[in-house]
Amino acid sequence: MSAIIAAALLIVGSIFCLVAAVGMLRLPDTLIRMHAATKAGTLGTGCILAAEAVVAGELGTTLRAAAVIVFLLLTAPVGAHLIGRAAYHRGIYLFRKTWIDELGACLQKAPADVSKRPPEGGEQG
Amino acid sequence: MIIDGQTALQAASRLALVLLIVSAAIAFIRLVRGPQAADRVVALDLIAVLIVAFLAAYAIHSGDASFLDVAIAYALVAFLGTVALSRFLLRSRRRRTTEEKR
Repeated sequence: MSAIIAAALLIVGSIFCLVAAVGMLRLPDTLIRMHAATKAGTLGTGCILAAEAVVAGELGTTLRAAAVIVFLLLTAPVGAHLIGRAAYHRGIYLFRKTWIDELGACLQKAPADVSKRPPEGGEQG
Repeated sequence: MIIDGQTALQAASRLALVLLIVSAAIAFIRLVRGPQAADRVVALDLIAVLIVAFLAAYAIHSGDASFLDVAIAYALVAFLGTVALSRFLLRSRRRRTTEEKR
């Protein structure tokens, strides 16, 4: 029974990864591509690691698979935040239908260069 | 007809390996084509996540759980690489603005 569950998790996870890759190829601009990559990629990898945890059925392997899942869930948002911030400050091309640009409005209100301001509240540029 | 669990698992893991390789190839197309440097960094990040998934699927396929340790180490290194590349993007922009001001 556990083998069947693991097989289903494997198929679902790899299809999520495939969707992430197709979204990476087809979506129109960098920030929208990041949406596909981080969400579907993390979910797909999480499903495949859960399949490994199910199929092993012993404590050590399950804990290691859970550790990888937790690590991915912790680092994927941080990495996506860093890439998105760097890309926006570098001046990327935005999709022509983009109609909300809150960071741009913020920067116009306070036009000082973010990376040169002294670090506030632990954030550094 | 009763499906044998181990046979289904072997077939599923083989299919998963093929699908992951195909996704990595598709992401590689974006890595080559990406018009801006940020696109390439995002594609590299996705390829790293796909490699972690591939290592997990290969751990199931081969029945050797020690590939999970490789996946842990690779996820760590890939995160560090992503952070370094995004810092590099910010820094290269900063140098360009100081050159423009001169």
